[in-house]
Amino acid sequence: MAVEEGATGYWVILATLFTAYVLAVLPLGPWLAWLRPEWLLLVVTYWVIALPHRVGLVTAALAGLLMDVLEGAVLGQNVLALSVVALVARLLYQRMRVFSLAQQALTVFLLAGLHQLVCQWIQNLEGAGSRSFLFLLPALSSALFWPPVLFLLRGARRYYRVQ
Amino acid sequence: MTLVALAVAALLVADLRYNRLDGSRAVLDTLLAPVFWVAGIPGAIGAWQDTHIRSRQTLLEDNAHLRRENLVLKGRLQQMASLQADNARLRSLLNSTALLRDDVLVAEVVGVAPDPVRHQLILDKGDDADVYQGQPLIDAGGLMGQVVEVSQFHARVLLITDATHSVPVQVNRNGVRAVAEGTGSLDRLEIHHVAATTDIREGDLLVTSGLGQRFPIGYPVATVTAIERDPGQAFARITARPTAALDRVRHVLLVFARDESEASD
Repeated sequence: MAVEEGATGYWVILATLFTAYVLAVLPLGPWLAWLRPEWLLLVVTYWVIALPHRVGLVTAALAGLLMDVLEGAVLGQNVLALSVVALVARLLYQRMRVFSLAQQALTVFLLAGLHQLVCQWIQNLEGAGSRSFLFLLPALSSALFWPPVLFLLRGARRYYRVQ
Repeated sequence: MTLVALAVAALLVADLRYNRLDGSRAVLDTLLAPVFWVAGIPGAIGAWQDTHIRSRQTLLEDNAHLRRENLVLKGRLQQMASLQADNARLRSLLNSTALLRDDVLVAEVVGVAPDPVRHQLILDKGDDADVYQGQPLIDAGGLMGQVVEVSQFHARVLLITDATHSVPVQVNRNGVRAVAEGTGSLDRLEIHHVAATTDIREGDLLVTSGLGQRFPIGYPVATVTAIERDPGQAFARITARPTAALDRVRHVLLVFARDESEASD
């Protein structure tokens, strides 16, 4: 663990999170919007798996809080959903590292599905839930986007030596 | 872990039940302004192309079209002055207050709520332009929604079609009052609790009734598209289509309709 690398490393992590936020609010057409991958979930999952000693529950919760503000959701919705995802990813990180790409994508599919269910549950508390199962589509697109996100983030992590 | 769980519970209760977090939300929203700024770049490039890379022919056609439209609108406006005077005189005869003239502010849509379930827009005007919470928003076609959250440079608008939104309306033809509720689909409003015998027809224009003190009176909201009268049901099932282009507009108008009594508190 190279502690002196920490200061530069944080900027890489924050930059990837910022990119995830931008992608998450990028205007899409009304139909594409249902398919929008959960970018923040992908980025947080990656960092939890790659650096479980640095990125964990608290980072996920804070990242979720900002997402709530961006989405105009009830404060706490993404906090809860992302915390749950981070917890599960934390439990699975050793397995995830030896999984094949397909197995990883399948795990991400389940994580994103869990995320969407939690979000849907809280939206229903508010009375604004979806009336169809379309809200589960992002789980599929997130799994499909996992390989490119993985390669990009791993490249960034190795290039900037974030440890 | 327990700490995060407690924090989540506290946040949810404070926000859902007591609406206590609007202030902190506005602060965070202001901090997050760069995200919307960056996300708006592709759209801005598209708009720039629209204005800078156009053929002379399209510009000429546009110009001619706008001239015609302007002439027609001016023609309609000629009677406006006398009608307004008439209206004021009749209102004073009826001892009712005068209609306020509404000021408007042009704002640009810089973002759409990423969650397709939520019908929210983000505008490029915020606290610095005196936008206030609850402010009505219109476009060329009619009422669009209201401001629900104001940060320093942005405002968040809830559209009338959001499943959590309702707007008091009246039928323009005969003044029958009703409440139009959003359905979560961009081209549909539902009007609940209208008795099956009420005089309301397909094609009727629904305008804001001004009841509820939130929206100024007289802005078009929707046209009735379907009425289902089932003798077994107490109420008619009425659906309407919003007159505003909720999913297409880029420029919208914020209406300043506060009167003196409201501005003082």
